[in-house]
Amino acid sequence: MILEQVSENYYDVLKELGNIGAGNAMTALSQMLQCKVDMKVPQVRLLEFSEVGDLVGGDEQVMVAVFLGVEGDITGSMMFMLQEQSARHLIQKTTMGLVPEGSEFEEMGLSAMQEVGNIITGAYLNSLSSMTSLTIFPSPPALTIDMAGAILSVPAIQFGIYGDKILLIQSQFYDEIQLDGYFILIPDLESYEKILAALGIQGA
Amino acid sequence: MMSEIIKVGIADLKTCVSPNGVMTLGLGSCVGIAIRDPMTKIGGLVHIMLPDSKAISVGQHNMAKFADTGIEELVRQLERMGARRVRMVAKIAGGATMFNFQGGGSSAVGQVGDRNAEAARAKLKELKIPILAQDTGANYGRTVIFYPETGAYHIRAVGKPEKII
Repeated sequence: MILEQVSENYYDVLKELGNIGAGNAMTALSQMLQCKVDMKVPQVRLLEFSEVGDLVGGDEQVMVAVFLGVEGDITGSMMFMLQEQSARHLIQKTTMGLVPEGSEFEEMGLSAMQEVGNIITGAYLNSLSSMTSLTIFPSPPALTIDMAGAILSVPAIQFGIYGDKILLIQSQFYDEIQLDGYFILIPDLESYEKILAALGIQGA
Repeated sequence: MMSEIIKVGIADLKTCVSPNGVMTLGLGSCVGIAIRDPMTKIGGLVHIMLPDSKAISVGQHNMAKFADTGIEELVRQLERMGARRVRMVAKIAGGATMFNFQGGGSSAVGQVGDRNAEAARAKLKELKIPILAQDTGANYGRTVIFYPETGAYHIRAVGKPEKII
């Protein structure tokens, strides 16, 4: 299977997975922040490598990203990224103002962000696991703050082994302000087929 | 004369002639290999993603994606413009490890930056193109601009002063 040949059906399934995964992640986030978090219907996009940077605000846009490996019945990796300003807002909320929004990313802010990343990606993968009845273990996440292009080179390289496109699930969510978050789920090629088979979809 | 900066995308390559320059934004684990002929001041930049085209079984057509085929293709295009291989010199940047996993985890992902830089060095050595300077590895992204006029390779990173190698 080559990513470019994804059928409409397959695409719909991925969109639905993205929807449910992101929905669960938002619920978890809302519980942690103890406030209402709204979400738009996620966009699932198959993009050329060169288009991804533009979607998130340019290759040099500074972003915060949490990246983790996925093991178990399916293997691969997953990334959650959001713009620097959104990350600062989230840190300020999770630390209940102990880390003010304008401050630099200090140790406490970073560990708060790592925790947010943990919760969001964990909730996302849990819903994927219960939908497919596949066992999925996330590995401890790693965090970085850097240019979008540089961060995205990591998943792009993994997709690059199979083709010239990348599958991105964009989810916008809101609390008091709009936060743009992006999920990139990168199952190994064999794992895509396992996910689809577990959902009863054949010949994608 | 006004100079123009030509943008190179990911898994892409571009050539130019002085006073123009070539740039690529946000190199992470990818590597940017800049080559020029100092006499004709013809130069170019290739932004590679993966070390070895031969390690990939699926049909792949984009030569700029791999260190081996990307460097070969850049050299071929420079020669076609009038540059001479024997005079060519190179500078390389990128190949970062963007995420540090505790306990090493996911090693294939972790080491691709190093493997990309290593593959670029090996290919340049094979083609007998000397590497005049390099800024590879570490854990941060780089934006690079290369000027074939002087051979200056400008490197920008988040929260760091610009450096020229």
